[in-house]
Amino acid sequence: MKKLKVILYFPPDKTDRPFSYYLVKDYDLVFNILQAEVQPGKRGRLTVELEGTEENIERALEFARQNGVEYRPFNKNIVRNQGECMDCGACIAICPSGALYMDPIDWKLYFDESKCLVCELCLRACPVKAIDVNMFV
Amino acid sequence: MGKTFQEINEKIRTGEVVVATAEEIIDIVKEEGIKEAARKVDVVTTATFGPMCSSGAFVNFGHSDPPIRMNKVWLNDVPAYGGIAAVDAYIGATELSESRGLEYGGAHVIEDLVAGKKVRLRAKSYGTDCYPRLDVDTFITLEDLNQAYLFNPRNVYQNYSAATNTSDQIIDTYMGTLLPRCGNVTYSTSGELSPLLNDPEFRTIGIGTRIFLAGTQGYIAWEGTQFVRNKVEIEDGVTMYSGGTLAVIGDLKDMNTRYLRAASFARYGTTMFVGIGIPIPVLDEEMMEYLAVTNRDIYTGVVDYSVPKRSKPTLRRVNYEELRSGSIELEGKKIPTAPLSSLNRAREIANVLKESIERGEFFLQEPVQMMPTKREFKPLKDVGVE
Repeated sequence: MKKLKVILYFPPDKTDRPFSYYLVKDYDLVFNILQAEVQPGKRGRLTVELEGTEENIERALEFARQNGVEYRPFNKNIVRNQGECMDCGACIAICPSGALYMDPIDWKLYFDESKCLVCELCLRACPVKAIDVNMFV
Repeated sequence: MGKTFQEINEKIRTGEVVVATAEEIIDIVKEEGIKEAARKVDVVTTATFGPMCSSGAFVNFGHSDPPIRMNKVWLNDVPAYGGIAAVDAYIGATELSESRGLEYGGAHVIEDLVAGKKVRLRAKSYGTDCYPRLDVDTFITLEDLNQAYLFNPRNVYQNYSAATNTSDQIIDTYMGTLLPRCGNVTYSTSGELSPLLNDPEFRTIGIGTRIFLAGTQGYIAWEGTQFVRNKVEIEDGVTMYSGGTLAVIGDLKDMNTRYLRAASFARYGTTMFVGIGIPIPVLDEEMMEYLAVTNRDIYTGVVDYSVPKRSKPTLRRVNYEELRSGSIELEGKKIPTAPLSSLNRAREIANVLKESIERGEFFLQEPVQMMPTKREFKPLKDVGVE
């Protein structure tokens, strides 16, 4: 089994189709939506984590391409500089997914990258700039 | 049975002193009772590490040759106040860089100095017979300065309102980023570990009290600005204290950036996280009663920061146990809460202070003058000039 985070771009005329249904049903993928911007009549964007066999993921992405849905690997992540962090908590106030959280025993800040949506709100909230966004290819 | 400052200092000298942090004392009192805890424990350490805008440092640069009477001063492009003697200046934490804006301010200059970095000094003068030089542009380090001392007019807020936002827009405040429609609540005190909530009547904390200030030993210089004594009985046996503040002073040259951090809040500006620890002597059982306070008995208000007025509406009263739980109820909804001051680092300070007392390196200083009992919190009489 393989996990892959991708961003899917839907042309305006494709946002009304139950695309994720086909991915689940025909390709047996576990499908976790991390972030969605889908409005009727507009270009849609869906950040998803796909889990399945390598072959099924490849076939599913080929199916997407043939249907006019473009995709690219999710190539950003949030990096926390532990040395700079003061464990204050300003970032957990705005983290929508709970990826940044405080342990209620030691009151240190922890970051669970698997939950991160890379919405980047924490970059603005951190008072000591201990959070950065990392681009990779 | 009582203890005096002198008796406790003697125990520090002989190594017999028993010290607990303000969190540890809660369990000690639970297990052994007020009376026994007051007999056994001599000093309780309290601490806080949060953003405190009213911070800054006095510096003396030394004289150049020919000398200059600096009347305009910039440190790394941040204006410092030069309207004092020739080469003295005050660099305030919230003053912003003229080239970098909200990202970098006086707080960052102070942190850079403490970190040993070179800081660019620019100064201008109108020139006098005794100070003929008109400008200077050079680099300085903390080591080069004759004096550099932190002097913070208002730190260690006794208690502070929690913040939320009822409007439909995200707002950026000194209480952090507040999400629309009460999307979050932020708060900023160390609660049961906080200095002025453990001596709410100022029985032991006054002018002259020796404190842990950003890694070194400093002093309480005066009442803090806007000092008031608010005391409201809210239910049987529970009193809500707020309004106490402290002016503190200490040698910047001995400070540590672990406990003195520059910060920048989005669309607000710069401020400084200041680590302060205050040792409280257990003079008697009454003092121990105050020191045993828990988050359950410390209350604050949740204030709506979307109202751009001096008096902002308070939506509800809440205790720190609930704030610390990660969410509170507000108008029937569960709202996530987040701290802005670091409890983890405050605990570290309370422990560092505890250990230095146990090692006989930190002695208690009895106040030379107590804090005022009556002060008014007056608004600005904005009467105009007509």
